Amino acid sequence: MKTRAAEARAGYIFAMPWIIGFSIFLAYPIFASIYFSFTEYSVLKPAVWTGGENYSTLVSDEVFWKTLWNTLFFAVFFVPVATVVALGLALLLNTKVRFLAIYRTIFFVPSLVPVVSLVILWIWLFNGEYGLINTILGWVGVEGPNWLGDPKWSKPAIIFMSTWGVGNAMIIYLAGLQEVPQSLYDAADIDGANAWKKTINVTIPLISPVIMFNVIMSIIGSLQIFTQPYIMSETGSPARSIYFYSMYLFDNAFKFHKMGYASAMAWIMFIIIFGLTLLAIKASNKYVHYEGG
Amino acid sequence: MKVTSNFALPALAALVLGALYMSEVVVRPKVIEDRVVVTYWEKWTSIEYDAIKAVVDEFNSSQDEIYVDLLSVSGIHNKTLMATAAGVPPDVAGLFGPNVAQYVHDRAVIPLDGFCEEAGIERDDYIHIYWDICEFEGKVYALPATPASTALHWNRAMFARAGLDPDRPPRTIKELDAYTAVLTTFREDGGIDESGFMHKEPGWWNWGWGYVFGGELWDGESKITCDSPENVRAFEWVLAHAEKYGTTKLQNFQSGFGKFASPQNAFMSEKVAMVLQGGWMGNFIEQFNPELDWAAAAFPYPEDRPDLAGRTFADLDILVIPRGAKHPKEAFEFIKFVQSQEGMELLCMGQKKHSPLAESSEKFYSEHPNPYIRLFTEMPKSDSVVSPPKIAIWPEYAAELVNAFDEIFVNKVEPKVALGTVKRRMQPALDRYLRQKKLREEAER
Repeated sequence: MKTRAAEARAGYIFAMPWIIGFSIFLAYPIFASIYFSFTEYSVLKPAVWTGGENYSTLVSDEVFWKTLWNTLFFAVFFVPVATVVALGLALLLNTKVRFLAIYRTIFFVPSLVPVVSLVILWIWLFNGEYGLINTILGWVGVEGPNWLGDPKWSKPAIIFMSTWGVGNAMIIYLAGLQEVPQSLYDAADIDGANAWKKTINVTIPLISPVIMFNVIMSIIGSLQIFTQPYIMSETGSPARSIYFYSMYLFDNAFKFHKMGYASAMAWIMFIIIFGLTLLAIKASNKYVHYEGG
Repeated sequence: MKVTSNFALPALAALVLGALYMSEVVVRPKVIEDRVVVTYWEKWTSIEYDAIKAVVDEFNSSQDEIYVDLLSVSGIHNKTLMATAAGVPPDVAGLFGPNVAQYVHDRAVIPLDGFCEEAGIERDDYIHIYWDICEFEGKVYALPATPASTALHWNRAMFARAGLDPDRPPRTIKELDAYTAVLTTFREDGGIDESGFMHKEPGWWNWGWGYVFGGELWDGESKITCDSPENVRAFEWVLAHAEKYGTTKLQNFQSGFGKFASPQNAFMSEKVAMVLQGGWMGNFIEQFNPELDWAAAAFPYPEDRPDLAGRTFADLDILVIPRGAKHPKEAFEFIKFVQSQEGMELLCMGQKKHSPLAESSEKFYSEHPNPYIRLFTEMPKSDSVVSPPKIAIWPEYAAELVNAFDEIFVNKVEPKVALGTVKRRMQPALDRYLRQKKLREEAER
């Protein structure tokens, strides 16, 4: 018993830096922001309790709805596209071909490029006048749009660009694919299943927990998108078409000094993400298969 | 296991103490024996930093009681606010003119009236608009660092090539439009090859075109006036330009421009013949295309409003003492040094801008590399000078106006509708701000 108590003490002591750091730098601000979301607060002046005014103002704030719409639009298209692309690449890179390690590296490398460099590179690729994308489209007789200048094309451009960073999800899928027992494929072969049937009936069900993990992470990440559009246009231009929720939240907090309002926005986003995650988990009960479960 | 835990505790304690000591060493303020160290955060980098560094060095060597420790800080307005909130602000911060109202409203800076009175610094020492930018509700909260006024810059060589008199810039908006039509050329595929003038190049004053037509954005009291007929007229001018040359064509053309401070700048690379720019432009031309044949004059006025001739936007970098600064008295000593003719001319010459002081020395003018330095100095002295409204909601208001510009330019929304939307959003924000202000004043009484 004494040893166990000593072990527990040592464990707590080792965990203490994290516990202290978490309490001061995360837990306290999180709980404080609940309070601030019900106040008028500009950081330097004492917060003044305003009840639900921030929340009621948000409901009638058209920029709030615009940024929420932009963000949901992005998430609705990005999550499935990123999932299919990452899973598709992982399946291709799970085959037994020569130079596999090189291919895997090539597809993973874009995820290692710092996001600022990546966005600046894409700004040039999307350039309406000299961009490589429009040049290639021109070769096949298509006149490309001004991707980042036209409100109709700016969001699709960001979705397209963001799929460039699916390398991390791809690696997780690849790790999941390696875990699928070969014996199941052998059995499917005996049953006469072709590659497509094996993918649908063996691979996908067996890596379904991995798919769910990636989908949830992707939902959370896409609803919090900030860096890429912020580098492209701080104001979300053209005509706020790439002004996302986190950007408006940031502006309210640090440009307009409306910390209370920004806190209310943060909590609404938390509730949306929490709700969607719960929904994803609930919806997946039928489709996700755990080993032994 | 016992051995491990016995060893772990002292090891962990040593590690934590070591980390704490190291972090303290890293952030420990500079100590100069027998001197008060004034920490000074400034936004500038590159040659602009070199200019303020020269002033700081001059101050540090001019006496032996105060040492100014200069630090170049990015995102300075946010970081100053956060540091002030945390109780560890710098003693002096170099902010932007339009920050004054917001920072005073948030009680982030202290008034300097007492210091100014003691030092004999007053409004008449300055070009009035620059002093006024530093004032808010009757008190002085900042003093000028470097100022800026704007003018039309034109490319004389492009004028000559287009058959225009290179020494005769457009004087009215009508002339500006006519010159633009002559100077704008198209490629065979229909794309723009060269442009006469573009509102979005560089696009830094897209909130303010109304001023060119005599509009105001705020009545000075309780009304947002962005939808006044003058403002609507200005944005109709923007819309007419977008319709004439085509938004997509203009955007495609603009997407080929490089960054402002680069040889690919639209004006410096001779893609756009006329731009609205500040007095700093000459500096960058000298750096990136010294061969450019250019000139500057007052921006054109509407033909039926000659009273608006000489319209210029005044902007200012400012020095403030954040609330909670450890050495406000010593901080002001440094600010006072910057306000002296010697300090100010050293700084403004270094940054190749004009001086905000009412009088500049002949030496300053004769040695100044910008051939139009007298123009940039004189324009802000006239009644035609304008600067953003001094209200704490200005950052939000400016963002709305910039978006309205986009809605008009890109989505072809009627200017009256777009500006009406801005008013609908900003009037309640102004009402709320005025309500809070009143409550604060009552509480203070």
